[in-house]
Amino acid sequence: MATILAVDDSASMRQMVTFTLKGAGHDVIEASDGMVALTAAKGKKVDLVVTDVNMPNMDGISLIRELRQLPDYKFTPILMLTTESADGKKQEGKSAGATGWIVKPFNPDQLLATIKKVLG
Amino acid sequence: MSINLEQFHQTFFEESFEGLDSMESGLLNLQAGTPDADTINTIFRAAHSIKGGSGTFGFSEVAKFTHVLETLLNEMRDGRRPVAPEAVNLLLESVDCLREMLTAVRGKSPVNAARVADVQARLETLLAGAPTAAPVVAGTEPVVTAAYDGWLIRFRPKPHLFQTGNDPLRIFRELAALGELGVEADLSGLPDLESLDPEQSHLGWLLKLKGNVPQAAVEELFDWVRDDSDLSIEPITAQSMPAQRQSGDRRSGDDRRAPAAAGEGTSIRVEIGKVDALINMVGELVITQNILKQLGENFDIGRLHRLQQGLADLERNTRELQESVMRIRMLPISFAFNRVPRLVHDLSAKLGKQVELKMSGEGTELDKTVLERIVDPLVHLVRNSLDHGIESPDKRRAAGKPETGTLSLSAYHKGGNIVIEIGDDGAGLNREKILGKAQERGLVKGSDHLMDEQIYELIFLPGFSTAEVVSDVSGRGVGMDVVRKNIASLGGSVEIASEPGKGSRFTVRLPLTLAIMDGQSVAVGSEFYIVPLVSIIVSTQVKAGQINVMAGQGEVFRFRDEYLPVIRLYEVFGARPRTRELKEGLLVVVEGDGRRAGLFVDELLGQQQVVIKSLETNYRRVEGVSGATILGDGSVALILDIPGLIRIAHQKQVA
Repeated sequence: MATILAVDDSASMRQMVTFTLKGAGHDVIEASDGMVALTAAKGKKVDLVVTDVNMPNMDGISLIRELRQLPDYKFTPILMLTTESADGKKQEGKSAGATGWIVKPFNPDQLLATIKKVLG
Repeated sequence: MSINLEQFHQTFFEESFEGLDSMESGLLNLQAGTPDADTINTIFRAAHSIKGGSGTFGFSEVAKFTHVLETLLNEMRDGRRPVAPEAVNLLLESVDCLREMLTAVRGKSPVNAARVADVQARLETLLAGAPTAAPVVAGTEPVVTAAYDGWLIRFRPKPHLFQTGNDPLRIFRELAALGELGVEADLSGLPDLESLDPEQSHLGWLLKLKGNVPQAAVEELFDWVRDDSDLSIEPITAQSMPAQRQSGDRRSGDDRRAPAAAGEGTSIRVEIGKVDALINMVGELVITQNILKQLGENFDIGRLHRLQQGLADLERNTRELQESVMRIRMLPISFAFNRVPRLVHDLSAKLGKQVELKMSGEGTELDKTVLERIVDPLVHLVRNSLDHGIESPDKRRAAGKPETGTLSLSAYHKGGNIVIEIGDDGAGLNREKILGKAQERGLVKGSDHLMDEQIYELIFLPGFSTAEVVSDVSGRGVGMDVVRKNIASLGGSVEIASEPGKGSRFTVRLPLTLAIMDGQSVAVGSEFYIVPLVSIIVSTQVKAGQINVMAGQGEVFRFRDEYLPVIRLYEVFGARPRTRELKEGLLVVVEGDGRRAGLFVDELLGQQQVVIKSLETNYRRVEGVSGATILGDGSVALILDIPGLIRIAHQKQVA
């Protein structure tokens, strides 16, 4: 199964995402903000990044931009977790190099369905 | 896969309450100065997280409310809305409202709908009167979609498509799952091999999807790549069908379960450093244990020195381990202090006073249980200082003081205790007023001559209140007596120092933990008792002439300038003492709940740290005893409840 980097500053969301992904048999690396995620990502290959947008230290958009600079992450699918009203953020994320988004609130089934779309 | 989201609720509530705290302190900072982008961002992010989480975990009322809040904060963040004091006050109220909502939701009880509606309406009014139009929430308007025989899709990604992590193949796979799919590649854009950049997309496709597939389902698959491609989606056979609509509400699938009996244990967040220290310590303990084991396997007296060394190590390990474990329960007092800025802000506005709050020692750590139980007394003391201590600006000016009063709150460690001081530069306690009230209430006789300190102590007596009109600030029927009682129940004490015109200072002393305390062992016959060290004033040998038997007061002895009741411990516990002669034993002068007494014991033994075992849990409550402990030799000693013993002594005197 896949290795997924899950980034969210909210512990409960991170728990939920991690639990769901692990339950589906994936390996999960957790990170509590963009900075932590970027450090974790360096020198490692993951199959998918799922990141929140609003975070302290380094937000999701900057994280995507930074990740795309790394050779290992040039083509890696990166999904943003956004809220329904944040259309501007989607565009911003897309131009930073995001693959797509998952709209909050979502439930575990929706998360898995979306991820399946990306991972096959 | 069905996942019970309830398992994440506790984390959600914990982080949400923390988020609310940081929103609150952020908002208070905003008020204090010019808006600072970082602060607004932090506030926004907290609201945003609560909204996201509450939506995800099925607390739709909370999500709805937070959404309005977030919209307002977003406008402030983007600079579209000035950070006006009214807005900040409303936001503060919203934080309160959210806190109440979350508390209700956590307790699985209904939220106060009227209150929520009221605050939400005011937020909406503020939003509607926006200097710039409030952003319209991207509607999830149900689009009436017709179904067709199929779809003709022209799709030509822009060259950089792969760099967004997207892959046309994945989209085709999803399309194929919806219906019968035909794919035709358009190779016209393909460069020759030399100039081909394999990281770019050069192809276009003509896709035919057959089947009764709603347009929205097709559109959705291209959502992520729409801006990175030329795309058209047209029906193959235009044939109107009755509008059919499946529920588009994404949230409908979310499970908001009937409340299962979710165990709501309290959890504690521990700094990772503390856990690491603990693991280290256990490692050392294992090493020591191994050394001792080896010694024990073939021991001879020549190795006695090494055995002693090993035992000394074991003692050190155990002590360090104990300290580390205790430290896990320790939290910084900022958890309690954090409530004060808001309190000062609200109250000073209400009372028309100007107050500057100075806090120090917020990082001082104490036991979680002590921390939780000190919040109310602390809040009461702060209220008291604001209400009765600090004067109005007019009065202060008249007294030649700066109009802005100072309330200081500090915490520090001293000995095995934590000391919290609440001080103000207000008018000080009014000696005459207190005395007058106490006489009126019959708490003291008119003829009694009292020192200042004794007069100040009167405010801790039950039912005492000096406010002429019971104000809704501190006069809520909870008096200082309750404050003292609550602090005493934590094994602590509270003292006042006051100077007319200069201000007052309340000093609260608390044990660092409730699980271990410093005790003085005393012997009565063959029994041992532990007297909490904090309650001991002095131990003294009684001289002839110090003892009196007073009518109605029983046996008393003269200590400094007062007469204290004598409590013969052997009488209380039915022990067989070595001596019944006061002159042959010792009197331990103790204080509890502001009252003093002399405990008559045979002799003093050592001082030691004792681990408190609850009698109530293991046996039943015993008057005059607060718990038990196990001594080094394995025997059990009772820990004396000093306030309880003094109370018994006083009751006896009355009877």
